[in-house]
Amino acid sequence: MNLTLKVWRQSGPDDDGRLVRYQIEDVSPDMSFLEMLDVLNERLILAGDDPIAFDHDCREGICGMCSMMIDGVAHGPQKNTTTCQLHMRHYNDGDTIVIEPWRARPFPVVKDLVVDRSAFDRIIQAGGFISVPAGSAPDAHATPVPKLDADSAFDAATCIGCGACVAACPNGSASLFTAAKITHLGLLPQGQPERGSRARAMVEQMDEEGFGGCTNTGECTAVCPKGIPLDTIARMNADYLRASRKSG
Amino acid sequence: MNYQLGEPIKDTKAPEGPIEDRWEKRKFSARLVNPANKRKINVIVVGTGLAGGSAAATLGELGYKVKSFCYQDSPRRAHSIAAQGGINAAKNYRGDGDSIYRLFYDTVKGGDFRARESNVYRLAQVSVNIIDQAVAQGVPFAREYGGLLDTRSFGGAQVSRTFYARGQTGQQLLLGAYSALERQIAAGTVEMHTRHEMLELIVSDGRARGVVVRDMVTGEVETHLADAVVLATGGYGNVFFLSTNAKGCNTTAIWRAHQKGAVFANPCYTQIHPTCIPVSGEYQSKLTLMSESLRNDGRVWVPVKGGDTRPAAEIPEDERDYYLERIYPAFGNLVPRDIASRAAKNVCDEGRGVGPGGLGVYLDFADAIARLGRDAVEKKYGNLFEMYERITGEDPYTQPMRIYPAVHYTMGGLWVDYDLQSSIPGLFVIGEANFSDHGANRLGASALMQGLADGYFVLPTTIGDYLADAHKFDAIDDQQVAEAEIAVKNRIEKLLSVNGTRTADSFHRELGKLMWDYCGMERTEEGLRKALERIPELRAEFWRDVKVSGVNEELNQALERAGRVADFFDLAELMCLDALHRTESCGGHFRAESQDADGEALRDDEHFAYVAAWESTPDGPVLHKEDLEYEYVKMTQRSYK
Repeated sequence: MNLTLKVWRQSGPDDDGRLVRYQIEDVSPDMSFLEMLDVLNERLILAGDDPIAFDHDCREGICGMCSMMIDGVAHGPQKNTTTCQLHMRHYNDGDTIVIEPWRARPFPVVKDLVVDRSAFDRIIQAGGFISVPAGSAPDAHATPVPKLDADSAFDAATCIGCGACVAACPNGSASLFTAAKITHLGLLPQGQPERGSRARAMVEQMDEEGFGGCTNTGECTAVCPKGIPLDTIARMNADYLRASRKSG
Repeated sequence: MNYQLGEPIKDTKAPEGPIEDRWEKRKFSARLVNPANKRKINVIVVGTGLAGGSAAATLGELGYKVKSFCYQDSPRRAHSIAAQGGINAAKNYRGDGDSIYRLFYDTVKGGDFRARESNVYRLAQVSVNIIDQAVAQGVPFAREYGGLLDTRSFGGAQVSRTFYARGQTGQQLLLGAYSALERQIAAGTVEMHTRHEMLELIVSDGRARGVVVRDMVTGEVETHLADAVVLATGGYGNVFFLSTNAKGCNTTAIWRAHQKGAVFANPCYTQIHPTCIPVSGEYQSKLTLMSESLRNDGRVWVPVKGGDTRPAAEIPEDERDYYLERIYPAFGNLVPRDIASRAAKNVCDEGRGVGPGGLGVYLDFADAIARLGRDAVEKKYGNLFEMYERITGEDPYTQPMRIYPAVHYTMGGLWVDYDLQSSIPGLFVIGEANFSDHGANRLGASALMQGLADGYFVLPTTIGDYLADAHKFDAIDDQQVAEAEIAVKNRIEKLLSVNGTRTADSFHRELGKLMWDYCGMERTEEGLRKALERIPELRAEFWRDVKVSGVNEELNQALERAGRVADFFDLAELMCLDALHRTESCGGHFRAESQDADGEALRDDEHFAYVAAWESTPDGPVLHKEDLEYEYVKMTQRSYK
């Protein structure tokens, strides 16, 4: 099939950026979305042009590196799917596809479709862990964990940190990302001692980074490639309030 | 390409005595560093996967000043994250006869008697601590209704010792290590440098003392100095272009270290994973693995007759060949990876392959769905089935999956001693980047185990013994530093100035095809000689005709790729040389000339029971042999029949 792409090109953080039109022919339906861009980039390099910069690595939907706004939807039209796992069989001959980077103030554009998501790492640094130095752990069976809790913790822990939730949110909120980690650790017995301090520190860091507040729009969970549920945010809020009240 | 024989390697620094006491002995004999001194000692860790992430975190916890580097935008993205199946540990929670000794035994045997007994025993010992550590960190392993951890049996094992977190075990373990690392970054013990790629090792006074890296956003070439350098940069499977590795995985860090004197061991030992999604077209950029845990419930088959193009459902039971169950009745669909891979190649070579191009075999869940119900199958493998459907557009609940082997893991890597120190003092190598514990073939669910064993438990102890002398190290030679930096800059300049007519990717594809054809699942003298003739020609074409657009002083992904491909050429040559010199078959290295009447791999223990450790010299490669001795596990020809 033949397609028209309109791709956001921006040489660096200080450039204004613009949508640039490309025609691409003979796209196979079995290609992945990124393979289609690879083909275009090979052409651009040979022509001496700058290839389109985009983040990608594992190309199997788990590293969280790929990050494209495709026709206004984070990671494109297929539910529960990262950009790298989207295949061209979902498009038709003659389609025009608009590709943009994640847009949120705490995610400044580095180049073209590449953004800086280091704010996420700083939210984890604030408290997204259980403090347990290597070598100090008790036997793994010392603390049984009810299967339902373990399974719910796992559901939240599957977050890949891609940032689609932020890109989709009209407020540019990182609540779903932050809540996923707070929920994962807060549901496990191992996570209890730091549960309150963790929720407070992570929420405060999220605010400090300039992410917006949550107004329960639910766009985040709709685009989340791992389907992190919205109720994690309720849990985050509960933990945050409880911790704030305790320490005054 | 010729090589010379060098001095054999006599001492691997493993303590003497009963095998179960050796690690305990080494832990006690390793000198300690005074906590006040640790704050003054700098350690560089390159790579943030399971090995590098856990090592940087643990060294930070111990009080060292650590600098950590990764090429991704966050340490959480390293390719360990993609490991699906699980992690082995000799916990014997099932009471099914597992033990440290059995895990040790299975690993030595699975590695086809080409791994060191002392290292493997330690790995099995430490495995139990890894599970404890991970659970304490909040890694959400699968659990039973009683609240205890669930386990499953996994590729080649007859006990249930594999802990898992649905099909995302690597992700959950890596996020555990990542959270420990982020905790140390917040504590100020670890300084993190993301989007930085190591391009050179700095050696001064014979010791590894730093790295030259490129800031991938600004193009700035930076020098970082330290008292020791740890490489945890993963494997080199991407030399084949198509592999299950992430697109960014490369050999540059370990190859640069090799050029600076670190000896490279067993480069030809590559693992081909039997259960990957087949190639769909020329544009293919990578291959996707389907966890081999699927082989626990899926049955592998092809049509009995070649050229049978009927849909799977229309092929009656008696016209199907469940060839693994037929040839290997004891292990059936659970034979080790190399055996399963070669069997798939053989049936496809006979013209019985399925799917486009005949390069595929069926992995069928119909029986499992009938036996356990669709819900149970979905609970176990749901995310893998979804992944398969996303990529192929086919529904594995109603038609069998198509799978084919693909390059997955490299057992070879930089040579290290028992302390995980390379032949350059102060250069430590951990995880897939080293060659140590898997011999000629890695068992399923053992990569995660080794990465975390090295990073959490082994390296943090052994590196202390080296760093106890840090106050006696000479000052770093400025000239060595300047030369390393200039070498990097010249190389970048050279790549940008060729201005030819082919992209780095097009060269990489051609190299990959060459390696797959001649140094892949089956190797012959003739093929390897062809490859050794063609690789230098292709490399010369690359340096004459590659096209890299843009400049250094920007985010330039074309430049990044070209630099990595350039190093793959050199590595490919050494791999072929190693494969050519090893005229036996063992594990992942199958020489067509060395097989028995049934087509099974034939080892030659009399001539090849050694580690092939290659040194790079101006006069070409020099081979150092490290003899392997087996005191505990008797060398036998593997049989899974």
